[in-house]
Amino acid sequence: MADIEPQIRAFIVENFLFGEDSADLTPESSFLESGIIDSTGVLELVGYIEKTYNIKIRDEEIVPENLDSIRRLAKFIQSKPLLLAK
Amino acid sequence: MCGISGLLELKGCAAERAVLQSMIARVGHRGPDGSGIYVDGPLGLAHARLSIIDLATGDQPMHNEDRSLTVTFNGEIFNYLEIRKELEALGHRFATTSDTEVILHAYEEKGPECVHDFNGQWSFAIWDARKNELFISRDRLGVRPLFYKMHEGTFLFASEIKSIFAYPGVPRRLDIRAIDQVLTFWFTLPPRTIFEGISELPPGHSMKVSRGEVKVWRYWQPTYPTEFAPMNEEACAGRLLELLVDATRLRLRADVPVGAYLSGGLDSAVTTSLIKNFTQAPLKTFSVGFDQPEFDEREFQQQVVRYLDTRHQSVQCGTADIGQIFPDVVWHAEKPIIRTAPAPMYMLAKLVRENGYKVVLTGEGADEVLGGYDIFKEAKVRRFWGRNPQSRVRPLLLAKLYPYMHNLQKQSPAYLQAFFHVRPEDLSSPFFSHLPRWELTAKSKLFYSPRMRAELGEYDACDELRQMLPPEFSSWPAFCQAQYLETAFLLPGYILSSQGDRMAMAHGIEGRYPFLDYRVVEFAATIPPRMKMKGLNEKFVLKKAIGNRIPESIRQRPKQPYRAPDADSVLRADGSEPAYVREMLAERNIEKAGIFNARAVDGLVQKTRRGQTIGVKDNMAVVGILSTQLISDQFVNNFRRLETDG
Repeated sequence: MADIEPQIRAFIVENFLFGEDSADLTPESSFLESGIIDSTGVLELVGYIEKTYNIKIRDEEIVPENLDSIRRLAKFIQSKPLLLAK
Repeated sequence: MCGISGLLELKGCAAERAVLQSMIARVGHRGPDGSGIYVDGPLGLAHARLSIIDLATGDQPMHNEDRSLTVTFNGEIFNYLEIRKELEALGHRFATTSDTEVILHAYEEKGPECVHDFNGQWSFAIWDARKNELFISRDRLGVRPLFYKMHEGTFLFASEIKSIFAYPGVPRRLDIRAIDQVLTFWFTLPPRTIFEGISELPPGHSMKVSRGEVKVWRYWQPTYPTEFAPMNEEACAGRLLELLVDATRLRLRADVPVGAYLSGGLDSAVTTSLIKNFTQAPLKTFSVGFDQPEFDEREFQQQVVRYLDTRHQSVQCGTADIGQIFPDVVWHAEKPIIRTAPAPMYMLAKLVRENGYKVVLTGEGADEVLGGYDIFKEAKVRRFWGRNPQSRVRPLLLAKLYPYMHNLQKQSPAYLQAFFHVRPEDLSSPFFSHLPRWELTAKSKLFYSPRMRAELGEYDACDELRQMLPPEFSSWPAFCQAQYLETAFLLPGYILSSQGDRMAMAHGIEGRYPFLDYRVVEFAATIPPRMKMKGLNEKFVLKKAIGNRIPESIRQRPKQPYRAPDADSVLRADGSEPAYVREMLAERNIEKAGIFNARAVDGLVQKTRRGQTIGVKDNMAVVGILSTQLISDQFVNNFRRLETDG
């Protein structure tokens, strides 16, 4: 699971920053506050997480508390161990 | 109607006819029915004519009786018959039946103040040979364009910038601050244009060039009461209808048939209904339909056609069509655009022309002056919530916004609240209503090159706009502040220009806008905001005024903004897009223009090609970057040669 944060970071840099890696993007950076993610971005992110980590995200889980930074995402993914084990 | 250009040599040399010929040829599309040039020593005026009023004797440039005044004029003075009567009573004699001659006599009588009497859409230049003065004016709302430049002792002006570039030696460079403005607001802040050193005469302004000096002044601007007098709903709707009927009647004055655009929405249904119900004019309507159901409104257009029994014709706009014509659209728009929406309007104008029409009435302006845009609704909900941020009920209204934006509708309440979050400091911002839109648009700046970033430094487009707000702005209600931003800036800077005049005039079509009659605009400004938007019911008073003169289904229909396919019209998953797209977005061309970062642009292109769902932000970036590259290519690097240039 230690690999999750770099993987997510790479996805964010590639898809939302278009390769423009920024030192400002820390594991704690809020995607909303930094303007990285808009409404389509949330759906993109959910699609990526579901596919890459083979998990299903329920509607009520799509909230900033779970998805709004690299660290929160990593924690959220780790909180779903059973599905990950598939 | 028409295209104009001209010059005044201030160094003592004579104006050259050949240069004027070359300048006016650049705007020949605006007036394909004939052209005229007048040279008087250092002064030269040119005119490309689209004949609409006084087909026989209305040629321009036109003189007064003793030839001391000469005018070149683009547009219409709709109340010219009434002004003419007043002038005749004062002893003026007329040689033609045109509105052009009315301008000359009105100027003789009142000088620059004459524009206050005009109800119309104009840009014109009058040469006063006695005083050696050039007077130029542009209409109140900015329907007709006017650009100018002082170039090494020569004053140049024209309807379109490309005409000024036809004067030998005028430098063609992009203004990076103007690019930054478009990628924030969608428009440039006049007098700034996308080209360094070229100025736009702002709407509601006049100017004089005299003894080598240029003086520009404002003669009109939208304004709102600080407090609203009580108004009876019935009486208000009645007065609005009365004004709209008269505005329409005046706008049907022409010696050629007049058509109407139908979008499927409320505003164009109203203008069409006004023609049908209150005039004897024969009525033909035109519309555009889309391949993609998300954008297509033909079903609603047909409801209006059936209800009002119009002869109707529509053009089908395919997603690929937009990509094909996009370079021409940008050439005519003369500034970057971040939406492709002007492209279908370009196709629609072509359809009108092919049907033998030169003039169309449209519903433009209703959203600005009567409060129709979603941005007003969004601001109302955000402000309501912002006043009590802890409320659990107030943010539920957010779900009522943008029903046509599917990705937004799929969001959880928590994310909706996050997207529309009101920061405490936003509540006191003069731009409260527009901050979400501008912040979203500005995301395209992520693609700036390091050089662009360095050159822009600390530049903040919002600061420049803040300096332009009238002193009374802060005393207006929030709703009116938002209306002002739309009416004074977005309307002339995008809706009436990139999407309006330029697309129509590319095919020699003149748009006329009853909602932009200044009497309608001034009356609408006095209507209390709560009657413009009742609850979240937009343009309430207009719906009440028009009543059952349009189909009920259209009257009750939620606002559907006019949109067109964006990124997918210019980029394809299989790479089969038009060759110019690959060319413009190729690394060497991105680097040549120097505005964007080639690697980041490539990332965006690849993402779009992969066919992943891309949202508003990425769509705007694709269209904004491509159109900026096209502007750089067509105007700076390879300024298009005309066949007549030889």
